Parts: sequence; C-alpha cells; structure tokens
Amino acid sequence: MRVATNTKRNLITAALIAPAAAWLTVFLVLPFIAMLVFAFGERAPEGGYQPAFTFVQFANLPTRAAAFWNTLMLAPAGALLCLIVAYPVAYYLAVKANPRYRLLLVSLVVVPFWTSLLVRTYAWMYILGSRGIPNLLSMIGIEDVRMLNTPGAVLLGIVYGYLPLMIMPIYVSLEKLDRRLLEASADLGGKPVSTFLGVTLPLSLPGVMTGVALVTILLLGEYLIPQLLGGGKVFFIGNALVDLFLQSRNWPFGSAIAVTLVAVVVVVLMVAMRIAWKVAGTRQVDLV
Amino acid sequence: MRVFISSVYLFLYAPIVLVVLFSFNAGRNASEFTGFSLAWYGKALGNTFLVSALQNSLIIAFTSATLAAVFGTMAALGMERLGSRMRALFDALFAAAIVVPGVVIGIATLVALVAVFSFVNPTIAALWPGDQPPQLGLGYGSIIAAHGLFSMALVTMIVKARIASLGRDIVEASGDLYATPLTTFRLILLPQILPSILAGFLLAFTFSFDDFIIAFFVAGSKTTLPIYVFASIRRGVTPEINAIATLVLAASLLLILTARVLMREKKSKSGE
Repeated sequence: MRVATNTKRNLITAALIAPAAAWLTVFLVLPFIAMLVFAFGERAPEGGYQPAFTFVQFANLPTRAAAFWNTLMLAPAGALLCLIVAYPVAYYLAVKANPRYRLLLVSLVVVPFWTSLLVRTYAWMYILGSRGIPNLLSMIGIEDVRMLNTPGAVLLGIVYGYLPLMIMPIYVSLEKLDRRLLEASADLGGKPVSTFLGVTLPLSLPGVMTGVALVTILLLGEYLIPQLLGGGKVFFIGNALVDLFLQSRNWPFGSAIAVTLVAVVVVVLMVAMRIAWKVAGTRQVDLV
Repeated sequence: MRVFISSVYLFLYAPIVLVVLFSFNAGRNASEFTGFSLAWYGKALGNTFLVSALQNSLIIAFTSATLAAVFGTMAALGMERLGSRMRALFDALFAAAIVVPGVVIGIATLVALVAVFSFVNPTIAALWPGDQPPQLGLGYGSIIAAHGLFSMALVTMIVKARIASLGRDIVEASGDLYATPLTTFRLILLPQILPSILAGFLLAFTFSFDDFIIAFFVAGSKTTLPIYVFASIRRGVTPEINAIATLVLAASLLLILTARVLMREKKSKSGE
C-alpha cells in the first residue's frame, strides 16, 4: 500500500516537472553541447560549420582581443559607476524617504528596468546625436562636439540602462537593516559618519555585491548599448558575436567566443558568490 | 542629498519623456518642437511592415508567456516534492537559463536548431511521398522556444518564492480535514499562488515583447517589433520611431504596473 502511494506520488512529481525538464534539456542543455561541438569545428568554405576537431578557433581568440578588452574594462567600470550613483539613491529610499511616498519612489525606480532597453537606449541616441545636445551647444557657440559613438556615451547608456538593477538589491539590504543598531551606535557617541562606515555600509555589502555581480554579468553579454551608442567604434563581445554569426558567418569561431564568454560569466559569478558568502548570508533580491 | 536624488529621477525619466514628447511633434526636426500632431502615429499604424511585426511580437509574447506560466508553475510545484539533489540540479538549470547572456542563448539555439534541421529536413524529404516536403525552419517556434526558456525560469522563481512563503500548515490542515490532494490544490493552494502566476505571466510577456537580441539570432525571416525598430533606427532617426517607441513604452508600462499591483497584493496578504 505504502509502496503504491509512493509510486503514485513520484509519478505526479515527474509529470509536474516533465515539461520544464524537457524544455531545459532541448533548449538549454543540448544547444549548449551543440555550441561546444561547433567551437571545436571548422568554418565551411561557404560559411557555417563543418565537422572537425581542432583548437584553432580558441587559438584565434586573440584576434578579437579588442572586443574582450572593451567588455572586460567597460563592464566592471559601468557597474562601478552604477554603484556610485545607486548607493545614495538606495540609502535615501531605505533610510531617509518619507514612508508614505517610499513605495511610489521605489516603483519609479523599478518600472524603467522593465520597459524596452532598445527604446531607452534609442532615447539617448536622440539626445547625444547631432540634433540633440551638440546642436544646442552649437547655438551658444560651442561647435563640433561629438558625443555619440564614444566610450563615454556607452558608459552613460550603461548607467542609464542598469541603474534600477543596482539600486534594488542595495535598497533591499538597507531596508532590512535594524534601526536599533543605528540608534545604539549614536547612543555610544558614534558620529553620523562613523555610524555609516561602521554599521550601515558593512551591513549593506551583500546588496552591493549582488548588484555589482548582476550588473557586471548582464553587461558582459551586452549588445544594444555599444551598438547604438558606440556606433561600431566601442564594441563588446556581443557585437563581435553578432558580426561573426550574422555577417561573416564564421560559426565555429563565434561559438568559441561564446563559450569563452560563458566561462568569463561563470568565473565572475563564482568570485561574487565566494565574496558574498564571506560577507554574509545570501539574500533574496526583489526585482518586482 | 535631495538635489542628487531628484536629479537621478530626472535622469531616469527625462529621456523617456523626450521620446514621448517628440512623437507628438508636427515637424521632422528632432531639436525643436513645432506643434502638436498625431501624424506620426497615423504613419506608424498605416505601415504594414510595422503592423505585421507587432502582430508577430504579440503572438510570440502571448504563446511563450502562457507556456512559461503553465509549465513554470508546474515545475515550481513539482520541485517542492523533489529530493534535495534533484532540486539542486533544477535550481542550477533554471539559474543558468536566467544568468547566461541572451546573446549566448540566441547563438546556442541557432546553432542547435540549424544542426537539427540539416539532419531532419533531408530525412523528411526522402520519406515524403509528394513533391513538396515540409521544411522545418526558424520562425515563430524557435523564438517562442528561446523566450520560453528564460520566461519559464522567471515564473518558476516567482511562484517558488510564493509557495515557500506560504508555509505548509494550511496544506496540512486541508489534508487533515480529508480533502484530496487535488481539492487542496484547487481550493487552498491555487488561489494563494494565482497572483504570482499572473505576475510571472505578465513579466514573461514583457520580457518577450521587449527582447531584441535572442530574437535577432533565431527569428529567421520573421520580424518582431524590436527587430523592426532596431532596423529602422539604423536607417535613421525619425519621429515615426518615436511614435512606435511611445506605443512600446505604454504597453510595457501597463504590463509592469499590473504585475506590480498583483505582487503587492500578494505581499500585503501574507502580512509582510
């Protein structure tokens, strides 16, 4: 009897999870294996893939060093810039803001993240483009200012696009902070600055870590922002991948780069998790 | 401090407001507002390429979000019942579906599907009795599959968090009162997790509707709205794009606000 109910229970569990398991297998695990196989293959003369086992694609990675260099410099730099802007906002929302308006203010931060990144990046193309700010500057006599298609424009787009994602985890960790600790620090004669440095900042580090890791990881695979605001001059790995797959059709080399990109993401993730465990227990990030 | 905070909010919203404002501009010029007009909306909605791209996007977003909501909820319920090892495996797979960059998901799906098609299509052709054998190709199916992957992981994450916050007491109480598991699910569990499922559906819909990079790889000859907008931007910035962008913004805004209201309701009910 007991065996029978157990079997039934297991069958139901299997039935519940089967569609998702099949989806994950067919559209995540198998594609990943296919990409790995392609990365060790050769480019067919007419483009695409032909079977082989060679390391030549990985040996060729240095030819795309500029894309890796740009990504590995601008992704962490963008994440840090985000952090510098985000921390005061998160602190204000969690500690200083009037509780009556807090929910509204938090919503106003989250909502842009869920609206089209393409449209939001396009907005900056519009503002930085020749008919935007440079046009206004030329009206007051400052001519020939180029803003679009520079690393600065890409960084601006990054901060704009990913700021909400940085604010939220920091806000969550600051919101959970026990106010009595702050009062205790003040009662013990701690100045506001030393209370912040000794209590608030260390306790918000898990949120900071989560935010920096999330933003950095997403930026490593970014395509739209460098494409639209960097104009092909400031290109990321994502741009190299689009070029290799959809223009020059060198699929094996593209696969090798994609595999390397995943390896970089995994390394960043592992480092972030290791630091997070050291700093404190992990916390849930509320993105919605 | 207040000045800084205000300027960050200005920074977040000014560009969006500017796009919306200039979508109502009568003139072509992007730097001066010459009068109110709905002409660009008329032009955008009269554009058959745009309308068909919008249709494609809606079909894809609705299908992938529906599949994700159903299968994701089932997975969340199933994972509760799994042993710790299997659960860790699924946790890792779902996390990978969320963390792996969209550009890589797009490439991997493209590569795998093309490899499968190159094998399957000749086989079908050889076995097909008629003259014109069906050809498998990229299109709706491949975009829905790739979007569904991320969306399912998203729904599973949201619903799982909701189930975890419920506690087992009410389910056990229902069982003690001789309700069958199915009745318990229908009367006790489902009403409690329904807002989360709906929120997950709306977020999944928003994700699919806004996604450019995954669809760019696996769309084949199909055009989604973001692909159309991207192509138009490359041809040059026009007020018509502003009108389309405003419509896209309005749609996502509606979806995300509804999702947020649903999630809030859930939180206030659980007493947080």
